[in-house]
Amino acid sequence: MSNAVLVLIEPDEGRVHLVSREALTFARQLGGEVHALMLGTVDEAVLADCREQGVAVVHEAQAAGGELDAYSAAAWATALEQALEGAGAATVLAGGTERGTEVLAHVAARRDLPMAANVLAVTSTEPLEVERQVAGGAVLERMRLDATPAVLTMAGHAVEAVAAASPGAAEHRTFEARVTPADLRARVQRVQARGGGDSSAALSAARVVVGAGRGAGSADGFADVDALAQRLGGAVGVSRAVTSLGWRPHHEQVGQTGSRIAPDVYIACGISGAIQHWAGVSSSKTIIAINTDADAPMMTKADYAVVGDMHEVLPAILEELDRA
Amino acid sequence: MAEVNILVCVKRAADVTGEVVLTADGTALDGRYSGYAMSGHETAAVEIAVSLVEQHGGSVTVLTLGDEDAVEQLRDALAVGADDAVHIEADSSAYGPADVAAAIAEVVRARADAGTAYDLVLVGNDAADTGNFQVGIRLAYLLDRPVVAGVQSAEVADGTATLHVGSAEGTETYEVALPAVATVLEGGVDPRYPNIRGRMRAKKAPVETVTAGVEPKGGRTLGLSLPPPAPTQVTVLGEGPGAAPAVVDVLRKIGVLS
Ligand SMILES: Cc1cc2nc3c(=O)[nH]c(=O)nc-3n(C[C@H](O)[C@H](O)[C@H](O)COP(=O)(O)OP(=O)(O)OC[C@H]3O[C@@H](n4cnc5c(N)ncnc54)[C@H](O)[C@@H]3O)c2cc1C
Ligand SMILES: Nc1ncnc2c1ncn2[C@@H]1O[C@H](COP(=O)(O)O)[C@@H](O)[C@H]1O
Repeated sequence: MSNAVLVLIEPDEGRVHLVSREALTFARQLGGEVHALMLGTVDEAVLADCREQGVAVVHEAQAAGGELDAYSAAAWATALEQALEGAGAATVLAGGTERGTEVLAHVAARRDLPMAANVLAVTSTEPLEVERQVAGGAVLERMRLDATPAVLTMAGHAVEAVAAASPGAAEHRTFEARVTPADLRARVQRVQARGGGDSSAALSAARVVVGAGRGAGSADGFADVDALAQRLGGAVGVSRAVTSLGWRPHHEQVGQTGSRIAPDVYIACGISGAIQHWAGVSSSKTIIAINTDADAPMMTKADYAVVGDMHEVLPAILEELDRA
Repeated sequence: MAEVNILVCVKRAADVTGEVVLTADGTALDGRYSGYAMSGHETAAVEIAVSLVEQHGGSVTVLTLGDEDAVEQLRDALAVGADDAVHIEADSSAYGPADVAAAIAEVVRARADAGTAYDLVLVGNDAADTGNFQVGIRLAYLLDRPVVAGVQSAEVADGTATLHVGSAEGTETYEVALPAVATVLEGGVDPRYPNIRGRMRAKKAPVETVTAGVEPKGGRTLGLSLPPPAPTQVTVLGEGPGAAPAVVDVLRKIGVLS
């Protein structure tokens, strides 16, 4: 077995998903040859991203009978196991998306291998030890991965996706996935699309995110939040308190159990900044917090803070923007 | 359809939403001051199970693997409508996710032999403390059942479960033949609170204590630590609406105003 690293990559709007590109960057740090696997068509844009990330081989799984048309974690796991053999990889890696985590857990379960979720860094290679986030990011765990292949998923935005010093060959190899009927027992039957451009995919890649927490006060307290997000061409993100109260849908949740964001600016209104929320927003380039409590963690960790009632400060900002 | 028997697995975990404290040896979370609870995902799983059984009849069994204090979380689930409980008495910190799955699978098999076959086994998407994201999937392979992860709401009819998963694009729906396993993600249902009658019932409800049928191989935790505090250099832009021009200046400076 070589020390190659196989990375499960996912598409996003015609490119390799940002979280997958981060995983590729991380994979390069492990030293071995980097292979990528995509379920579904690998086009020139995907190959270009892979080349930039220094990927040696891009495996594309196909299924002539359409077995891969609808998502099934078990079918993806079957294809991943085949690519694993093809690459002779010693490590399997995915971004910590729902799918990345789910598919890798299938592979780990089938082969009775340990799996480390939400890895931040490799702390030792012989034997392999990693540091990962647990308890919603409130705690770091050092974990030993004492089996081959090592199975791990990355914490979102733990590393920044950067181009390799020299581009990879990104040799495109297609194979037929040997999906079994058992793999298709749990398969997506239908998808009810959400209206508008408010998907959480948009949230995790947004350049501007306006966040709101319990301080919004009620389901009706988001008008200015929505207006500011729209004015800045950004997305709305909320805390778990807000989704638990049913004020906003779960897909808008930001944090450990929601989307992880890395915008140019995150404007956090009426959010205390609990560690599990922080875990999902700390990669923002600039954070502006608006809170009535000057001592809230969000206010002391932000780059900029405004002490005040969000329902007074947001309208004033909107007015100022109109004037500008 | 006929009745449904559902097993829900919950874990007693230290509350980590406030200040987090580690045990002196740095191997576990210390919840002595913060308290303990089952996770939001597991609370949602209990809600899904109880409301399915309200509609279709059947039973909800709640299970935990933990020390004797973990019975508190079983009582919490019994108070909101679970019918009975299984307590696998063990030191959960000695159990890795594969061990937990094996111990749960043992109970599922033993109960089936004793006449209660579980149509649906629900676990949380990830445990609040150890966050391994895998017990449910490992369990499904041990039981040779289909598994769906991240389920937010569910219906059952005619031996089939219809499971809804929130995704970036919208809501994905799975239809799986029972028996099946699902891992539940909070946010799709509104968990009920216990009332006085529920609490009274919970005190008397049967809790079967069993010893684990597996020898744990153990987790692979080498140690825990708290993340270093983020270095901060916060600039206070002002108070109240008067700070608005300063906020807009910042937005302009970082180039997000077009
Ligand atoms: C395993 C786990 C995972 C979790 N995952 C997540 C997650 O993904 N995302 C997440 O957000 N949380 C998560 N949590 C929950 C988290 O611990 C907090 O409970 C939650 O983030 C609190 O939300 P909040 O800040 O909106 O509410 P609160 O903590 O109640 O804070 C409200 C804030 O609003 C301020 N405020 C009140 N009124 C106003 C006003 N008029 N104007 C301005 N400010 C005002 C208050 O001063 C306060 O700071 C998780 C917890 C666990 C255990
Ligand atoms: N000790 C335990 N007792 C009962 N259920 C557990 C235990 N550990 C994990 N689980 C279940 O498995 C889910 C996922 O855990 P994990 O894979 O460890 O993140 C949890 O949300 C629980 O439902």
